Amino acid sequence: MTLKDVVNLLEAEMLYPEADLEREVPCAFASDMISDILMCTQEPTLLLTGLTNNQVIRLSDMIDLTAIVFVRGKKPLQDVIDMAEERGLPILTTPYTLFRSSGILFGAGLRSCKI
Amino acid sequence: MAEYRFFADGFEERVSDYLSNKPEADVELEFAVPEKDFNTAGKGSSELKNLLKRLGVDSEILRRIAVASYEAEINVAAHSQGGVMKSAVHDELIHVSFIDSGPGIGDIEQAMVPGFSTADDLVRELGFGAGLGLPNIKKNSDAMRIVSQEGGSTTLEFLIFF
Repeated sequence: MTLKDVVNLLEAEMLYPEADLEREVPCAFASDMISDILMCTQEPTLLLTGLTNNQVIRLSDMIDLTAIVFVRGKKPLQDVIDMAEERGLPILTTPYTLFRSSGILFGAGLRSCKI
Repeated sequence: MAEYRFFADGFEERVSDYLSNKPEADVELEFAVPEKDFNTAGKGSSELKNLLKRLGVDSEILRRIAVASYEAEINVAAHSQGGVMKSAVHDELIHVSFIDSGPGIGDIEQAMVPGFSTADDLVRELGFGAGLGLPNIKKNSDAMRIVSQEGGSTTLEFLIFF
């Protein structure tokens, strides 16, 4: 699955335009708790979350995130979007809930990341 | 004074060799970790990871170091009155220490239980407080030690071999 497929499946909007939509998304993880997300140290991971503060972007300095999808229509503040753009980390927002977004991607064949 | 020690399987001897030789570090880094400053918190760990990446440390080991360091840095920001993060990079390992100015951990064994947290509402709103900080540090490190004085300072240090 590519990031473009994720955008289409989740009817998502890219939060800054330059992001590379052809990038491959191997697996995903969904959580609103930072320490849970930090369990994903084994492979590049798509993150689905409702957290929109700057620490979510800082997580991508520690572990390898392919992209972040903000669920429930959430959008971070501009300085957080800027932090993602500086790192070349694609960020998206979807109107769907965390449960529904995860279900759609799982149903389309995206697997859960190894923890 | 309470103390907690952990060694990953097979590392106890290597760790005690290192501690008894006390070799001089190749590179040392120091960052302040101010209390409840979640704009700054994590920057020290980011910079440490960037340095180690330039030094050519393996990417999986790099992620383990970064996660352990980040969790510890967030702990100092979230639970203490502020402190300092000191990293010593050696040929075959990294030694990272976090020394805060209090108020100490009442019961370290309890703090090590996954899911146990004393995080306040501010900290929880940011997505912290899962009660997995110390367990995540332990999971990612080859050795870990916590020394805490109730009402006083806590020192947490960990070693990870390259």
